[in-house]
Amino acid sequence: MSDAVSALDGATYDGLVRLEDLGLRGMITLRGDLASVALKNAATGVAGVDMPAQRRANTVGERGLLWMSPDELLVLVPHAEADQATRTMQATLAGTHFLTENLSDARAMLRITGTPTAVREVMAKLTPVDLSPDAFGPGDVRRTRLAQVAAAFWMPDHNTFCIICFRSVASYVFDLLKAAAAPGSAVGYFDQS
Amino acid sequence: MSTRLAHTGRLLTKARQIAFTFNGKHLTGFEGDTLASALLANDQMLVGRSFKYHRPRGIIASGAEEPNALVGLGTGASFEPNQRATTTALFDGLAAASQNHWPSLDFDVGAINNRLARFFPAGFYYKTFMAPRAAWKHLFEPIVRHSAGLGKAPRDRDADTYEHFYAFTDVLVIGGGVAGLQAALAAGRAGAQVLLLEQTPHYGGRAPVDGGKINDLPVDKFVEQIVAELETMPNVTLRLRCMGAGVYDHGYVLGYEQLSDHTPGIPGPRHRLWKIRAKQVITATGAIERPLSFAGNDVPGVMLAASVRDYAVNYGVSVGDRTVVVTNNDDAYRTAITLKTLGLEVPVILDARTKGGGDLMVQARALGVRVETGKGIAKVLGTKRVTGVAICTQAGEGAVLEEIACDAVAMSGGWSPVVHLWSHCGGKLIWDAAQAMFRPDVDKAPTGASGEAFVLAAGTANGALSLGAVLSDADAAGKAAATATGHKPKSDSAPQGETPAEALIEPVWMMPQGAGVKLRMKSWLDFQNDVKVSDVQLAAQEGYESVEHTKRYTTLGMATDQGKLSNINGLATLARALNADIPAVGTTTFRPPYTPISMGAIAGEARGEIFQPLRRSPMHAWHEENGAYWEPVGHWRRPYCYPRSGETHADAVAREVNQTRASLGLLDASTLGKIIVKGPDAGRFLDMLYTNMMSTLAVGKCRYGLMCSENGFLSDDGVVARIDDDTWLCHTTTGGADRIHAHMEEWLQTEWWDWQVYTANVTEQYAQIAVVGPNGRKLLEKLGGMDVSRETLPFMTWADGALAGIGCRIYRISFSGELSYEIAVPASQGRALWDKLLAAGQEFGITPYGTEALHVMRAEKGFIMIGDETDGTVIPQDLGLNWAISKKKSDYLGKRAQERSHMADPNRWKLVGLETVDGSVLPDGAYAVAEGVNDNGQKATQGRVTSTYHSPTLGKGIAMGLVLHGPDRMGEVLDFPRIDGSVAQARIVDPVFFDKDGEKQNV
Repeated sequence: MSDAVSALDGATYDGLVRLEDLGLRGMITLRGDLASVALKNAATGVAGVDMPAQRRANTVGERGLLWMSPDELLVLVPHAEADQATRTMQATLAGTHFLTENLSDARAMLRITGTPTAVREVMAKLTPVDLSPDAFGPGDVRRTRLAQVAAAFWMPDHNTFCIICFRSVASYVFDLLKAAAAPGSAVGYFDQS
Repeated sequence: MSTRLAHTGRLLTKARQIAFTFNGKHLTGFEGDTLASALLANDQMLVGRSFKYHRPRGIIASGAEEPNALVGLGTGASFEPNQRATTTALFDGLAAASQNHWPSLDFDVGAINNRLARFFPAGFYYKTFMAPRAAWKHLFEPIVRHSAGLGKAPRDRDADTYEHFYAFTDVLVIGGGVAGLQAALAAGRAGAQVLLLEQTPHYGGRAPVDGGKINDLPVDKFVEQIVAELETMPNVTLRLRCMGAGVYDHGYVLGYEQLSDHTPGIPGPRHRLWKIRAKQVITATGAIERPLSFAGNDVPGVMLAASVRDYAVNYGVSVGDRTVVVTNNDDAYRTAITLKTLGLEVPVILDARTKGGGDLMVQARALGVRVETGKGIAKVLGTKRVTGVAICTQAGEGAVLEEIACDAVAMSGGWSPVVHLWSHCGGKLIWDAAQAMFRPDVDKAPTGASGEAFVLAAGTANGALSLGAVLSDADAAGKAAATATGHKPKSDSAPQGETPAEALIEPVWMMPQGAGVKLRMKSWLDFQNDVKVSDVQLAAQEGYESVEHTKRYTTLGMATDQGKLSNINGLATLARALNADIPAVGTTTFRPPYTPISMGAIAGEARGEIFQPLRRSPMHAWHEENGAYWEPVGHWRRPYCYPRSGETHADAVAREVNQTRASLGLLDASTLGKIIVKGPDAGRFLDMLYTNMMSTLAVGKCRYGLMCSENGFLSDDGVVARIDDDTWLCHTTTGGADRIHAHMEEWLQTEWWDWQVYTANVTEQYAQIAVVGPNGRKLLEKLGGMDVSRETLPFMTWADGALAGIGCRIYRISFSGELSYEIAVPASQGRALWDKLLAAGQEFGITPYGTEALHVMRAEKGFIMIGDETDGTVIPQDLGLNWAISKKKSDYLGKRAQERSHMADPNRWKLVGLETVDGSVLPDGAYAVAEGVNDNGQKATQGRVTSTYHSPTLGKGIAMGLVLHGPDRMGEVLDFPRIDGSVAQARIVDPVFFDKDGEKQNV
């Protein structure tokens, strides 16, 4: 596994916010009946966090569960554990109707950190989501788009957005965020709120 | 002479002098000036030539409605044409150039058009089409082309950056005049989230210039107070230099923010396009003064009355020492009073109303100004600037009573509320006869998703003209918007506004009302597009009764100003000509944007590297480093070939094919779609999607499959692998990955929602590398880790394992006809495996190949390619793929359609191979001609080329094509005319040119 590289290979940029490639992360798609006890046990068992409610994200460090749709979760674990975690969930769910695939390498994970105002504004230049603090805060997750590509993001805390996109467009998303964080482009919209 | 006044200029910082140029001439102004006010301060009255007649034109207005003062701004990468001088803030080093003149602004050859004006009436352009062809080519077209257009298109790449911003709010207020501010305050105090956009750099609109008192304070003090209060409110955001550009469905509004137009060179974006979702929109957009239609109303020095006042008060600029005021309403008296108070001369006020005005007329007379009621202007004297006016009675035909010398004329034909934003999304208007204006019909507001009104007009934009009415209307609008967004407004009362009592306007659509044709031909309606009263009357006379038709016939309102000054006057003129009521004629459609916005703002960040997403495979960097010539495939870039120095692309392709067939090739196949389909009903589901059976595929095996649309047409193909009892992996084409995944989800979610199937698009999880050629097995054996022998891993099977320590899945599938292994590894290790394969393959002369070699090799084998052999009208049966269509299945998508008579028609063209008689390559897309002609008189055809290549393997041109009764005509020679008129001859052959028995791939 020492040959494994993320699409952005640890790229960073400092502008209105700090932008970083988070490197390889374990991301497992789990589809099934989110209300079933077996599925909840399988997901929380490997992720080590509580089951998230609709449009919510529960994360601790590299582990977590993101609500992706009424029948889909994204299970976050360290990259090295992803294959084993996938097999563990498969075993737990054997005999039920589900799908789980290790899609860690299909994606890239990036992070922006900065002041609560700056991180929201950088994102609001690219995504048609209401990012006012009343509408979106730590623990919320959205599956949406950044400019022209699909993306999902959540806020681990007030100073941080974590962003997931497809691996093939990781450079595009990095460059988008870089442009949105260019010096002199602060908007000042979330300042007051 | 226009000049700078000593003691006024409330928007200026006179301590800061600013240098700029106009047509290369060095001039100065002050901080706070607009380009227009600075030009006037330098007595630059003439600023451009008109569009059609090249008449001298001066500044006529002071704001966004300006039709004449358009300039080219900046140079090189910062050049922008058609910029309004009245809304361009002056900055140090500004370089402006006038437009539409040749050879110079002062001496313009095109002005000859002016003398020929009677030959260029309304519809001139359309009428030229009816002239003989030769006249168009040699006479009209050169004239039209030379005359057309205002500014020049920029030549260089734009040096600035732009961005978008998404904002959500309860209440969006468009306009920061006293109405907008009061509405924002009322909504803000109720607790609503409020965003207010003001297009200029100043709050207060025109109220501080117009005077009066609010709550016993001068208006500018009130504005200071209310802005200060709004700025302390955490739920209110105010933005200057940000125009509400358009109102769209569901409370979507575009805002156009000009961040650095006034301070070029500072870091950051030049413009920002705000994409706003508002629950309620308040349009407090004010009103625009109308010109009066008298002869010579376009001579430089004739200006809107309120604009003359704006220049005097805001910018300390006098447009002339002696200004004649002409009006049909009381407001223009304010201009006379202002000028007189500043010590300038107002020789006369011509009031078209026989009874004159109210308190303001009394004030003007008390200042010693001569007021003539029932009078108007017969014509303006002067050409490049006003030298005087000839006075007549408004009731007559224009007999001159008296000539009065003056150097400026201030005209007012009344006020039109800015209803543009109200109207963009369907808000209706009513004609207010008493105030002679169209104003918003409050009962017919634009409505949202559940039928609720989501736009409110406020203040002057709603037809309220006096300060008191404006404030109470705006206060009510703010409170209503707060209520509509779930907030509880305070029960405080609106501020009190005090202004002098005004007499009613009397509509004047032509001055004098009986003006003869000579005067009407010099009475301008649309200054930018050169439309006169006589043109609209001619249109009516020629049968253009609809205002929309008249607009297009005369070009009234079609210029960059979109008729802000001309539309109401034009339609009133049309109504008179048609003897119809104004509301019966109606307005043309108001379309966004309110004023032109930059292309850069629309594009936002999407330029340069991030113009479009570029999808990169895990081996992209290697391809780049090794000189790949790229082929765009969707958003991917795939290597077309890897030319070495001295090689043409054709040479490179031939080398790649030959080396792969002879020894060993390597292909990055990562972009191929990979979709997991899993569940108890997955087999049944795939049997419906594919034309052949997938449920019977054994675990560990692969099968080629075809997918059709419901209409039977071939949509995608690929190899399906059975992973385990209830899991399949479907390969799709590169372009099909997202489309086929969506196709699957659509059927699952809408038709077979009760089937237990989950899908996942796993395309990007894997780097997929094809190891192709007779030495492929030796290479994998050298890397070690898996048994890849014929016995353990035969053709059309797959196995999991590890190669060189990298976990992988190997599919023994072949699109080249060679021994071939497609190896899928996690994307993060794709490059590592690629490098290992290359290193280990050196001894076999391993050769990476691109998409063209892939295409050539598949064509040599007679394999079809989606998008070449298919075009949305081809069914599998056309391609001889009947072997891949199950006869046993009762149904699959497309089955029923393929049984329709036209689909089962034996005369459908069928796939064959084509081999040129002389070995040359057939032109792509060429048609085989037949005897006779078709119904359209064109040469009849009997087939066409779908793929064509030079085959390095066979040393000649090979092709595939669809031919009438093709498979029954083996050996026949067809004629394919080339574009150059020559004919290529090709023989119909079997489409499999190479290794018909598949001995090479099945080893």
